[in-house]
Amino acid sequence: MKTVQLGMFRIGYELKLYFRQGDSVFFTFLFPIVMLSIFAVAFSTTENVGAAPDGSGGISWAAFYVPGMVAAGMLLSGVQNLAVDIATEKGDGTLKRLGGTPLPVFSYFIGKIGMVLVSSVAQVLLLLLVARFAFNVELPTEADKWLTFVWVFFFGVMTSCVLGIALSALPRTGKSATAVVIPMVLVLQFISGVYLNFAQLPEWLQNFASIFPLKWMAQGMRSVFLPATFEAAESSGSWDLGLVALVMGLWLVAGLVLCRITFRWIRKDS
Amino acid sequence: MTLCPVQVRDLKKSYGSFTAVDGISFDIHEGETFALLGPNGAGKSTTIEILEGYRDRTSGEVRVLGVDPQRGGLDWKAQLGIVLQSTGESGNVTVLEQLNHFASYYPHPRKVADVIEAVGLGSKAKTRISKLSGGQRRRVDVALGIIGRPKLLFLDEPTTGFDPEARRQFWDLIKELKSEGTTILLTTHYLDEAAMLADRAGVIAGGTLVDIGPIDEIGGASARVPLVRWRQDGADHAERTSEPAALAARLFAEHGGEVPGLEITRPSLEDIYLDMVGAHAAGLESGAA
Repeated sequence: MKTVQLGMFRIGYELKLYFRQGDSVFFTFLFPIVMLSIFAVAFSTTENVGAAPDGSGGISWAAFYVPGMVAAGMLLSGVQNLAVDIATEKGDGTLKRLGGTPLPVFSYFIGKIGMVLVSSVAQVLLLLLVARFAFNVELPTEADKWLTFVWVFFFGVMTSCVLGIALSALPRTGKSATAVVIPMVLVLQFISGVYLNFAQLPEWLQNFASIFPLKWMAQGMRSVFLPATFEAAESSGSWDLGLVALVMGLWLVAGLVLCRITFRWIRKDS
Repeated sequence: MTLCPVQVRDLKKSYGSFTAVDGISFDIHEGETFALLGPNGAGKSTTIEILEGYRDRTSGEVRVLGVDPQRGGLDWKAQLGIVLQSTGESGNVTVLEQLNHFASYYPHPRKVADVIEAVGLGSKAKTRISKLSGGQRRRVDVALGIIGRPKLLFLDEPTTGFDPEARRQFWDLIKELKSEGTTILLTTHYLDEAAMLADRAGVIAGGTLVDIGPIDEIGGASARVPLVRWRQDGADHAERTSEPAALAARLFAEHGGEVPGLEITRPSLEDIYLDMVGAHAAGLESGAA
């Protein structure tokens, strides 16, 4: 019980730290919103996505990019933010100090994951508000679509969090954390249908990207935000929500196992 | 017989072929302040980090509050206070926020306001740690080390970067903790600090314990024979004697009055320490030659 209670204290503390740290707020919190705005403005004069030959119908580029940006936000807040954050805390002695206190490791994790949950919910709300009111994107009105949104979102953020914690073991120093982590998530975003239309990628690249969870997060979000007519453009011709859940679930379990094996307050004897 | 809070027997620690700690044994008694002295790289920090549970030993026996530090759980950690040698956290929280938060980890924490006062940061309670000077940050480290009301407090070079006034304040604080019965393990480069605070000291050089004993006995009786200095016929004289008063009286009689430049001193802990460490280094060199 004490573990959970301390975890709650940690969430408050982590959130305070997160929002007081200017650069991470920009790069992870506002990043999807900035990117959506860039795409929306850059393609504002181009004809709609999926328009009929006469130029009617289809959806705006802003609307087309909403699901990808939601998925990117889920990945960045979890994987990038936590991997860099924890590796930095390992490097600057924060974890060494915590390791000398009776704080349970699990409370520390609750704090990190809770911080990501709160900040990513705020992030996605802001993203959707900007999409709706700045770029006039129509948001779904059906309850079952929002239900899909909720489970894909929370499942995806949890998976991202445990993967971020697991990945934090990789950088040898706090300083190298950004250099190790950012290229990975950047490449993943390009091959997973966040910036580029997934259907237009070569098949081998699609298959490769399908190993990783981001492709499935983006697909799940497309099922929520894109019209039903877009379903046929998916690689299998279907949103495949069952597979979305399965792949994210496998990565969640793999991430948990990795965290359990690799996480240490300090590198002993380095 | 009470169990010693810290028991170390034949402790060894090697990194590959390098032996950092080479068979150290000592006990720290309950309520005692024990200083671990020695030059940089002598093995002080390695030893203290093994006791804190941060490093695993290569061999030997270690008990800290009755527990093997390699297996110390959360209940064990709740009884320790650790002030590490160096910290570099970003510190985007205020002193008060940080202490309130850390206090929540412990079952019987001290009152946060009292601790902030005790380390002399009363006027900085609402300042972010990142805005504090090096010496002030160090006081936050000390405050975090004592917030949990530890039975055993580790202080690894706690006063580095303190101005003289802050050090005096810190010493008063440690004396207060001592009077409450806290057992303290201190490493420091300031020998006056060790002399002021510690009951006993161990001197480490080259990974071995060169000497151990009460502060006023370390180095042995011969190392602390008083030195009498005076001027006579325009020249400086000096003589080491275990009966300085007798020598002074004799000089007084010979001189027929006050002796010019008369001075009786005992070697300070620093003098004794430097002699010991110097002798150890010389021994190593002659052994290698």
